[in-house]
Amino acid sequence: MINLKYFFKGFKLIKGMDSPALALGASFLAIGALLKDIGFNVQQSFFSTFFTYALPGQLVMAESFFVGASLINIFVAVWLVNVRLYPMSVSLIPLLKDKSQPRWKYYLSCHFLAVSSWLIMKNRYQSIDQKYRIDFWIGIGIGTWGTAIFSTLVGYFLSDYLNKDMMIGLAIVNPVYFTCMMIGAIKNRSIGLSVLLGAILGPLFFLVSPEWSILYGGLLAGTLAFFLGGKDDRPV
Amino acid sequence: MTDLSSNITLVILVTSLATYLSRFLGVVSSENIDVKSKIFRWFNCIAYSTLAALIARIVVFPTGILVDAEILIRFLVILLSVAVFFATKKNLVYPTILSGILLTVLNSLY
Repeated sequence: MINLKYFFKGFKLIKGMDSPALALGASFLAIGALLKDIGFNVQQSFFSTFFTYALPGQLVMAESFFVGASLINIFVAVWLVNVRLYPMSVSLIPLLKDKSQPRWKYYLSCHFLAVSSWLIMKNRYQSIDQKYRIDFWIGIGIGTWGTAIFSTLVGYFLSDYLNKDMMIGLAIVNPVYFTCMMIGAIKNRSIGLSVLLGAILGPLFFLVSPEWSILYGGLLAGTLAFFLGGKDDRPV
Repeated sequence: MTDLSSNITLVILVTSLATYLSRFLGVVSSENIDVKSKIFRWFNCIAYSTLAALIARIVVFPTGILVDAEILIRFLVILLSVAVFFATKKNLVYPTILSGILLTVLNSLY
């Protein structure tokens, strides 16, 4: 069903020098502490990361809940901040496709799609046999998702011991990890332009419409980069 | 209390559905997309630019607790961490640890 050799090859990436464990750990620790502060119990905090597993979305959820937003408002706000997962999914899943693999693997394992797992897979897919890429991906996914869930629980129980400056320190770890990893992932001109233009247009569009800034900014930046990048046959 | 607790359950459910929706639709759309096609390359650009837009937004206009750190300090920490990333031959552990400690210390000083 799942090729264990490839599964563990992916799973083991959670340790090592480019491991996402620290970044995931720090940010979900902060989420766990935050959820406790706004009144979630330990089961609710566990299930929040278990079922959502998307940092910005959980942050938006926590804030919306705190100010008493309606369910519809929460749905729209979360969807907008997590909409990046759609292009991320479309730009990754085709690379993992193999005719011999059942479809359910793709529909279930897309839950593991997050910035960290996506960047790791993008960096490594070429070195993995096409047929077993999905099993490798499931291994990465279980490793990163499990780390996030575990850290949420740790954060929940540590929340009384974390002061404000420490929480601020934890909050920067994830953006730093992603910034470094993304700069390291630039493999061709169009990706370089995408990153640069996205980083400029995202905050710029925020001034016009905070909620829609990521969607509009990302769409415009990516489209510009696609056309300006020209023909570049290096891998994506 | 029951009200609050069932409300939290609904909030978690709604958040999870709103999140899984994008992942799920991505797999549906992937059914007919070839990795050599132009549309795949376009989506690839959009994925990277959306990510960059989100991360830049978090650093420049944070929504959570990061608001309480000065923007110049946030920028300084990011720049220093990227420098360390390259100085250590793209090691991700050093810059991430450094960033957390650096921001905690700088923020408690200013």
